[in-house]
Amino acid sequence: MLEIKVKKRLGGFTVDVAFSTGVAGVTALFGRSGAGKTSVINMVAGLIVPDEGLIAVNGTKLFDSKQSIDVPPEKRRCGYVFQDGRLFPHLTVKSNLVYGMNLVPRAQRYVSYDQVVDLLGIGHLLARRPAKLSGGEKQRVAIGRALLTSPSVMLMDEPLASLDIERKGEVLPFIARLPRELSIPILYVSHSLDEILNLAEMVVLLDAGKVVATGAVKDLMSRFKRM
Amino acid sequence: MEALTLTPLETEALRLSLWISVWAVAGSLPIGIMLAWVLARRNFPGKTLLDGLIHLPLVLPPVVIGYMLLVLLGRKGMLGEPLYRAFGISFAFNWKGAALASAVVAFPLLVRAIRLSMEAVDQGLEAAARTLGAGPMRVFFTITIPLVVPGIITGIILAFARSLGEFGATITFVSNIPGETRTLPLALYTLTQIPGGDAGALRLCVISVIVAMLALMASEILTRRVASKLKG
Repeated sequence: MLEIKVKKRLGGFTVDVAFSTGVAGVTALFGRSGAGKTSVINMVAGLIVPDEGLIAVNGTKLFDSKQSIDVPPEKRRCGYVFQDGRLFPHLTVKSNLVYGMNLVPRAQRYVSYDQVVDLLGIGHLLARRPAKLSGGEKQRVAIGRALLTSPSVMLMDEPLASLDIERKGEVLPFIARLPRELSIPILYVSHSLDEILNLAEMVVLLDAGKVVATGAVKDLMSRFKRM
Repeated sequence: MEALTLTPLETEALRLSLWISVWAVAGSLPIGIMLAWVLARRNFPGKTLLDGLIHLPLVLPPVVIGYMLLVLLGRKGMLGEPLYRAFGISFAFNWKGAALASAVVAFPLLVRAIRLSMEAVDQGLEAAARTLGAGPMRVFFTITIPLVVPGIITGIILAFARSLGEFGATITFVSNIPGETRTLPLALYTLTQIPGGDAGALRLCVISVIVAMLALMASEILTRRVASKLKG
């Protein structure tokens, strides 16, 4: 379960959000571009420091301004899938996949390399370098790389936004399988209603840095239609 | 064929030039990488000043650099004397001094090439590595450094070439001592001062051109090879 209650001034506008997710399953952060969705998950990952507030995963505090807790990103165990993949260009797919995995003690790993390669169907890509992958393949490798760190929460920042419809169809099923395979919360940023209806159980609706509504996808359906 | 074999004097100057340049670059490379990183990734008061200081040898006459080194690190210099008394290290009138003079003069080229390359590295990749569990040091050595290898190669070759050509700072700081500080340019200069030295000077001139060309070509080939490797 992910709890977040943070404030952060960013240039001209303020992100001021509070919500919590379920123990497992996909929670979508939904809103227009510029609503502050990416800033929120960057704060969870530790890449942006909030001005004040609290972030906790399964009761472990990652950030607490009152107690001056600010766990560095490398110790947060957040599996972050970036919009642009961010695979390391100088490493092969295999080296990319194990980059984070090798830094996690064996006892803390809950998915194996073979499992992830199998789940994402990337076995035939292992020897290649990122430059030789298609957009969809890149995102699958990026998901695998994050997954292999055995994270306690997955953060996905519009992982399908840079893909055309065909590639989206190629990656979406893999993401849809994640909640069934892992019992961890997944925070999924998107501005695509389609993806959210397909993937999420809960939605946090953001606008101009504020939470406008939270709830189950079914209940908020009618509101989405009007957006 | 006799014209193609080097005379002992030429061999000595060439060997000394290469030796001094290798040491000048090897010695300044770690500091150069560190400073390039600081300039590319950190913001702090006095950054402009540090940047200016590093670039100073690029715009100052080398003679000025040589004289400053002499004042600072000569036998009786402000740093030179305590350094000699404490550790027995001296840069005065030996090849080490020549290497130091070359290193200082070539330093801006080294730092500049690495810094530009470092600024071009996507910081998103470094952030991604952090989220994967790598601390700042690990990120630096496994992500940043491998991605700036082309810049490091360019910097090394530029600095090496500049060191090979160093004249003013060297002759001012460590003088023109055969077998110790008389590198190719100094040997050439010496020959032009002797009546009848023209032929020898011309030969050294040709040798200098060949060495410089080889260095530049090596850099080109290496950079291309590394770049193609990065692209997959």
